[in-house]
Amino acid sequence: MDKETKKVLFEPLVDNNPITLQVLGVCSALAVTSQMSTSLIMALALTSVTACSSAAISAVREHTPSSIRIIVQMIIIASLVIVVDQILKAFAFDVSKKLSVFVGLIITNCIVMGRAEAYAMKNPPWPSFIDGIGNGLGYSLILVMVAFFRETLGSGKLLGFDVLPLVKDGGWYVPNGLMLLPPSAFFIIGLIIWGFRTWKPKQIEHNEFKILSISHGEGGHH
Amino acid sequence: MLNAEKKTSKYNEQFNKYYEQFKVYRDRILALSNDSLEKTINVALALCLVCSVLVSIAFVALRPLQIHNKALDMKKNILDVAGLLDENTNIDQAFREQIESKIVDLKTGDYVDTINADDYDQRKAAKDSAQNEVIPADKDIASIRVKAKYTKIYLVKNGDKLQSIILPINGYGLWSTMYGFLALEPDAQTVQSINLYDQAETPGLGGEVVNPNWRALWKGKKVYSDKGDVALTLVKGGIDESRPDAVYKVDGLAGATLTSRGVSNLIQYWMGPEGFATFLNKLRTNG
Repeated sequence: MDKETKKVLFEPLVDNNPITLQVLGVCSALAVTSQMSTSLIMALALTSVTACSSAAISAVREHTPSSIRIIVQMIIIASLVIVVDQILKAFAFDVSKKLSVFVGLIITNCIVMGRAEAYAMKNPPWPSFIDGIGNGLGYSLILVMVAFFRETLGSGKLLGFDVLPLVKDGGWYVPNGLMLLPPSAFFIIGLIIWGFRTWKPKQIEHNEFKILSISHGEGGHH
Repeated sequence: MLNAEKKTSKYNEQFNKYYEQFKVYRDRILALSNDSLEKTINVALALCLVCSVLVSIAFVALRPLQIHNKALDMKKNILDVAGLLDENTNIDQAFREQIESKIVDLKTGDYVDTINADDYDQRKAAKDSAQNEVIPADKDIASIRVKAKYTKIYLVKNGDKLQSIILPINGYGLWSTMYGFLALEPDAQTVQSINLYDQAETPGLGGEVVNPNWRALWKGKKVYSDKGDVALTLVKGGIDESRPDAVYKVDGLAGATLTSRGVSNLIQYWMGPEGFATFLNKLRTNG
């Protein structure tokens, strides 16, 4: 693997993570992460859609009229999402029932559109495919991390196996019900962003402008 | 033989001719400026065509598997409420061997033999104006508006002996119409189990209708009072087991008053005269 491919593939994991740095695709990260199994399937679905749609959009990019650019991207993404949804309904019925509308909502996931606009429209199909995989993995990493905390702390299980013995089954752990509700994912994603930015201070966003204080009178009173 | 070969080669020729024409057209379009109207329309049409073919192939090819999954899931729900489901159950086999599907006319309480029970989809029928009936507003306790004319029930049999009666029920909770099954003992009075398999109530509150601990509270409860009214209901704030009417009361869900009320309502409706009361009466007297 050459250096550029590596960069495209691995940079979105930590250094340019779509969730923690670009803060895209957070809504589905809140919705599907109460269990590890749903998170894994969702991550797989999003990664394959991002990769394939980026490759397809990149393949037709030189002949895409700019006036219908977004529509072309949406048609490709939507078709792929429908195909993924059908495949899940055929081969992973239980999980697809739990994911319900969120598979369909991959269509509006900002990561997919974001990569199409930012990368696939300007690069050849193969690098675009790799870029889609990389960003999908970045999304997956956060999803798996959030699901790990939510499922273990919320129901004492991981992938359905008992990890922390619950009080009601004779163990010692009292499950935290908040972890099963979507707001808990906000807290966990917030903590992950904090952790990432403490580890890599380069990611800290600086103010785009300085807020002037009124008392100095520089503002408009002349 | 020779004729057939001639025919194929003729088709091939024809095809090649069209393909050449297509290539010329394609090259002309691709050479156009991206922003020209002709190219925009052609690109849009071609893209839609390719995408719709892709989606259609996926839909048609995977359809049989999806139908099978759905049917299997429904059988699983039925076996679950019958208490016949554990991890090693072969669902198709268990269903075939122990469960008999029957169609019932709720007005007369008789079995209907003219409809094939295995092919009848009650939830679909309830939505089809040719197969459903509108429930008058004053009788619509469960807030479901329509119901199928014929109802599909399941009998669990061990040899010739009836083990349980499984009745489909549905009704509106807080956010969603809940669909489920209620399993009764052969006395058509005592509850074995309830399984509200399809609902979208608040997770952790109303969504706890699927919690095994709560579902276990239903076992042994009675549906009809001595006078024959539907007495089974959900109550708030615990049940005094020493009182004689405790057998008609199930502890409601904490923090889910409206979902609990919805469950009470759907029991009231489906066990009442609009629902299975006539059928169950006949079943009780005929044995």
